[in-house]
Amino acid sequence: MSARLVPAAGDRTGRRPDVPLRITVDGEPVDGVAGQTLAGVLLAAGRRTWRRGPSGAPRGVFCGIGACFDCLLTVNGVRDVRACRRRARDGDAVATQSRDAR
Amino acid sequence: MSRHVVVVGSGPAGLGAAAGALRAGARVTLLDAAEDPGGQYHRMPPAAFGAARPGRLHHGWRGFERLRDRVLGHPRCAWWPESAVWSVDRTEQGPPHVHVLRGEADGAGRERHVLRPDGLVLAPGAHDRVLPFPGWELPGVYTAGAAQALAKGERLVVGDPVLIAGSGPFLLPVAASLIEAGATVLEVLEANPAATVARGWAARPWELAAQAGKAGELAGYAGLLARHRVPYRTGRAVIEARGDGRVEEAVTARLHHDWSVVPGTERTVPVDALCVTHGFSPQLELPVAAGCRLRGGAFTDVDDDQRTSVPGVYAAGEITGIAGAPAARTEGLLAGWAAGGGDPGDRAAAALRRRRDRARAFAGRLAAAHPVGAAWPGWLRPDTIVCRCEETDYGTLLHAADGAAAGSARAVRLGTRAGLGPCQARVCGPTVAELLRGRAGGGDPHRRPVAQPIRLGELANPPVDTPDKKESAR
Repeated sequence: MSARLVPAAGDRTGRRPDVPLRITVDGEPVDGVAGQTLAGVLLAAGRRTWRRGPSGAPRGVFCGIGACFDCLLTVNGVRDVRACRRRARDGDAVATQSRDAR
Repeated sequence: MSRHVVVVGSGPAGLGAAAGALRAGARVTLLDAAEDPGGQYHRMPPAAFGAARPGRLHHGWRGFERLRDRVLGHPRCAWWPESAVWSVDRTEQGPPHVHVLRGEADGAGRERHVLRPDGLVLAPGAHDRVLPFPGWELPGVYTAGAAQALAKGERLVVGDPVLIAGSGPFLLPVAASLIEAGATVLEVLEANPAATVARGWAARPWELAAQAGKAGELAGYAGLLARHRVPYRTGRAVIEARGDGRVEEAVTARLHHDWSVVPGTERTVPVDALCVTHGFSPQLELPVAAGCRLRGGAFTDVDDDQRTSVPGVYAAGEITGIAGAPAARTEGLLAGWAAGGGDPGDRAAAALRRRRDRARAFAGRLAAAHPVGAAWPGWLRPDTIVCRCEETDYGTLLHAADGAAAGSARAVRLGTRAGLGPCQARVCGPTVAELLRGRAGGGDPHRRPVAQPIRLGELANPPVDTPDKKESAR
């Protein structure tokens, strides 16, 4: 099994039923839930990697709170957005990044 | 006109500071980069989740809600969410000016504001410190804080099954969060041997009694682990992560008390995710930019009333020492009271100082129970990445330190690019400084004049006129 969202039904926090949203990642549609960060959408959709380091090695979320800058994405044309800090919006067009393609 | 106090950060320390300043009669602007107050400790689920009972995941939630509602609902408090402080400017007289970007995280069109407070309280908090090990850069290796933030903040389990390793009491709530969210936690590994942990916890039992709340919280987590039959093993650590493009297995080993590996004790554990923490790094760029003196190069130096060495600037919470939420909140109350012009001789302030000192003593006991062993670099191989951003490896770092450029840590950084990538040494800074100790000196790993990224277009725009400015112009 991999990363997943706790199902809303039975969530002890009393979450209301999920409100779906859809973003695209390098043109491919990815479904998420309103309230998730972009990192949350991608992880819950089974993606762990969306950025490459200088050597081309894959990277994803590491610190989860905006300190490590490993999870950078291009969002609606704007580069270097921390996926763990940015709330996903329905229709966001997201592109993966690599350090060497500056 | 009443004093204007700006509080940076709305975790336990920042909320406490806002409450303290309001009690002293000041006008408060409370800033946080997040959309909601609470910081990492009381990280709230997003409004869109409509969670009716978020407190189910938290300790002390009632108290947090009361404090939050009192502060945010106060007529003299302005709450600025999604507000990143990217710079502080020292001034001739009084506290520095605070440069703020308001708008969604890392957005392109955020509004610039400049605040000119009469008192400034810095409470930016801390993030996990993770020591490097071979493979720690693989996707699926997370800081323990990431696993916690995603579970609490957006109900996401980072993987299943999960192994949790490192050192410190923080391992326990992280394990509890993942268990609560339905993940299988294989084991929790504390690198320190049982004797070190027990000695730290057992010393001066009267302090433990005085901090029954915090000790009870930890005991509750330990009980949860036991009920779910999750082993808590001491003297064992993850010394390597392996996998093809993502973590697939963790190599664990027994450690001596100095964290050197006991040969022949390696075990390989298949994992879907690995969560690691070896303590916390305080976010010191703002106090350093403000000119605040540091204590031992590691924390912001404060006096008995949380004053820093810079007039009008106060510090509270983890940037003054890793002491946990109750200490942070109490430090915040004191800092806010003093920043707002409250009387230091006030009886309530004296009681707060006593409460803070007890909470700090408890933190000291935890630090003694969970030290970082000096022999951890023994895990590293020449090709182990130390700086994640620039992929500077251990061998390159040592070679640069011993080579022609030796002598200055700055020369080593420029030569190897360690610490010069997007995170600006937030992650590797303390580690590089430790590895270079005795080889290359100088340099300040906490110096980041631009505390948060600002885009050139945003920099080119003039600051928006803030209410603060209009008032001072009147």
